[in-house]
Amino acid sequence: MTGDTPDGDLLLRARGLTKTFGDFTAVDGVDFAVRRGEAFGFLGPNGAGKSSTMRMIGAVSPPSGGELRIFGLDPSTDGPRIRARLGVVPQQDQLDQELTVEENLWVYGRYFGLSRSQVRERAVELLEFAQLTERAKDKVEPLSGGMKRRLTIARSLISAPELLLLDEPTTGLDPQARHLLWDRLFRLKRQGVTLILTTHYMDEAEQLCDRLVVMDHGRIVAEGSPRQLIEQHSTREVLELRFDTDDHAEYAGKVAGVGERVEVLPDRLLVYAHDGDAAAAEVHSRGIEPLSSLVRRSTLEDVFLHLTGRTLVD
Amino acid sequence: MSSTTAPLAVRVSRLLPVPAGAGMARMLVERNVRSYKHGWIALVTGFLEPVLYLFSLGVGIGALVQTVTTDSGEVPYAAFVAPALLATSAMNGAVYDSTFNVFWKLRYAKLYDAVLATPLGPRDVAVGEIAWSLIRGALYSALFLLVATLAGTVTSWWALLALPAAVFIGFAFAAVGMFVTTYMKSWADFEWVNLAIQPMFLFSATFFPLETYPPTVQWLVQLTPLYHGVALERALMLGQVDAGIWWHVGYLVALGVVGLIGTGRRLEKLLLT
Amino acid sequence: MTTLFEARGAHGERPSLTTGERIGSVLEYQLAVNRRTWRGRIFSRFLSPVFFLLAMGIGLGGLVDDRAGGVDGVPYLHFVVPAIVAVQAMWVAIGESTFPVLGNIMWDRMYDTMLGTPLRLRDLLAGHVLAVVGHIIMATLIFVGVAAAFGGFPTWGAVWCIPVAVLTGLAFTLPVFAFTARQEQDGGFNILFRMVVTPLMLFSGTFFPVAQLPVVLQPIAWVTPLWHGVEAGRALSLGRVDPPWLLLHLGVLVTFVVVGWVLAERSFTRRLIK
Repeated sequence: MTGDTPDGDLLLRARGLTKTFGDFTAVDGVDFAVRRGEAFGFLGPNGAGKSSTMRMIGAVSPPSGGELRIFGLDPSTDGPRIRARLGVVPQQDQLDQELTVEENLWVYGRYFGLSRSQVRERAVELLEFAQLTERAKDKVEPLSGGMKRRLTIARSLISAPELLLLDEPTTGLDPQARHLLWDRLFRLKRQGVTLILTTHYMDEAEQLCDRLVVMDHGRIVAEGSPRQLIEQHSTREVLELRFDTDDHAEYAGKVAGVGERVEVLPDRLLVYAHDGDAAAAEVHSRGIEPLSSLVRRSTLEDVFLHLTGRTLVD
Repeated sequence: MSSTTAPLAVRVSRLLPVPAGAGMARMLVERNVRSYKHGWIALVTGFLEPVLYLFSLGVGIGALVQTVTTDSGEVPYAAFVAPALLATSAMNGAVYDSTFNVFWKLRYAKLYDAVLATPLGPRDVAVGEIAWSLIRGALYSALFLLVATLAGTVTSWWALLALPAAVFIGFAFAAVGMFVTTYMKSWADFEWVNLAIQPMFLFSATFFPLETYPPTVQWLVQLTPLYHGVALERALMLGQVDAGIWWHVGYLVALGVVGLIGTGRRLEKLLLT
Repeated sequence: MTTLFEARGAHGERPSLTTGERIGSVLEYQLAVNRRTWRGRIFSRFLSPVFFLLAMGIGLGGLVDDRAGGVDGVPYLHFVVPAIVAVQAMWVAIGESTFPVLGNIMWDRMYDTMLGTPLRLRDLLAGHVLAVVGHIIMATLIFVGVAAAFGGFPTWGAVWCIPVAVLTGLAFTLPVFAFTARQEQDGGFNILFRMVVTPLMLFSGTFFPVAQLPVVLQPIAWVTPLWHGVEAGRALSLGRVDPPWLLLHLGVLVTFVVVGWVLAERSFTRRLIK
């Protein structure tokens, strides 16, 4: 097939990919590859360069340096050919408020050169999928945030894309709406759609991604499956301690050596240990009395904290 | 630019007379003046518009028409049209401020909700908005009168009263405009404002005398508020003052009072429920 | 045909769209929006020019004819109506090229959405400009019809006012698209309306011949598209065509369109491709 990569399953490959805006380097020489059928994530805080990377993958933002191949094609010369095969869910829902829910889908499908009957048929299926069938004739404006997000996803699917790009898919949604959305994305994945998403929520990355890269300051600082990353960069469990103090750093010395490592946050201490309960007992036996203590499993948040010394959401 | 304009503008706003009973409405005027520093270009262009009309019509149409017959004889076309432009500009400014601006603040900026959380009341809100509009209108009118005088279209000392008259016309339209705005639901409703303003601008004996119309239409024109504003300004600027001007004054007073009372009531209902 | 459309929704390389399909899909979007919003334009689009016709053509015209026996040997109505046709084309063009374009750039970000599809920057620009042309044609047709009913045109040459109005509108549309794409907020439009649109309407030979202006001001009218649109339309409508002049007027308008397109494409690229 023309344009596809020789090593069949690779949908996308970036080498030394760079994006600069004037003096500012948003993406600083990143390498990654995405295989057909996987869910690949960019995890990092706001400003890490995730969205800039996504826009380059979406063939709308020309790279400033490095090499990028999508379906084996070069986005700077083959943008329209690439975009014909992509579905894009931008960070903010860019829906037309004047049009109805179904009109938003129809109009969008026509940009891909689909026939009128084709977009109408597909819109029916996709509204079912997005659980918006009852709202088909309504205007977009009164829809809830979760509904608008689902409509944007439905819209991105109208051309049956091979690769779906989701930029911060659940930012700003309430927990219920997020879970509903995740469920829809799982279904897509099962149908064989390749997903690339950015997020600054570690739970989202853990839920959705087969493989992810952790980004910070425009660079990739780690790569692997969520489980691999946690195993490599954190302990199995974490003991969270809160003290009656304005400065938790002063307690850091007192708990030193309890686990493998201690991180100081403004409102608590994190003690990294294989066995959290044992670490809590150890703290207690040293005569230290925290206001509260909590044992939990390590998350990607801990991975990020360890790699960068900062939290994902601030 | 902006940093030096604002304090001056605020000081000016303190010097200008605020209608009796306004109470804390002055605070709201001050806020408007402060926010207006960003729109100083709009302020300048707002003044230029009637001047451009005066120049265009006075020179261009004036050359074709020469003079117009009024009750007390022939007057040059520029002198005929200048008072109408003064009245129209007072109306336009007041209506713009009291409709588009107020609607935006009411529906989108939620400014009034924030204002009402302070000791200011709905009455202060209404009076404050209208007062702000009048201050700006007075500034425009004064500049326009100056230009009109320099252009030689003013021949009577009665014209000194044309400035307060313009402020007064602005007051009547601002009050009614704001009253109407409290009933507006969407931007689409503003088509109705345009539908009222533009025909008045074109047909209130502004560009040609009332006698041009057939008698029945003349009667219709005389019902519109702008006609009375134009007639009032024309009487003053041409020095053709007689007892008839009290009719115009009375009409505009009634309009303003109805608007003011209505606005206060509506705001109370909208904001405090 | 079915196979083409099916292939566009299948995996692998997809058949590309023709230029007509690309621009057409953008036009379809603008038409869909227009189906929802046309009611809000009834006044400004149809009633307002008719009011101008009545006030200037009939009202002021009565005064001018009475005092000066018309303008340049024709009744004032015949003098002013072709000018109002051109002025209206300008109004529609500028109205449709300011808020709606900035909206598509900033508020609903519809251009960004389109750029995420196989469409290219030129497609969305051309599609939107064509939609504006549609607005100008509709408005002009209706106004010319109404003005004809009021006896605003002495000859059938007035029919040619319609394409001239469209060209005049385009001469504003494209430069204003370029201007709009450089605005960060809608405050600049107020200045455009008051400092460009109103002065042009007042000083481009619309309500009186440019020769009435002081000599120093006359060259300003010569470089504005509106004056050329007014003069071309008036000559055609009055049946007083002077071919070299007509060609000059049309040439200036075409120049505005071509240069405007280049500028618009440039500022759209700067604004949207980052």
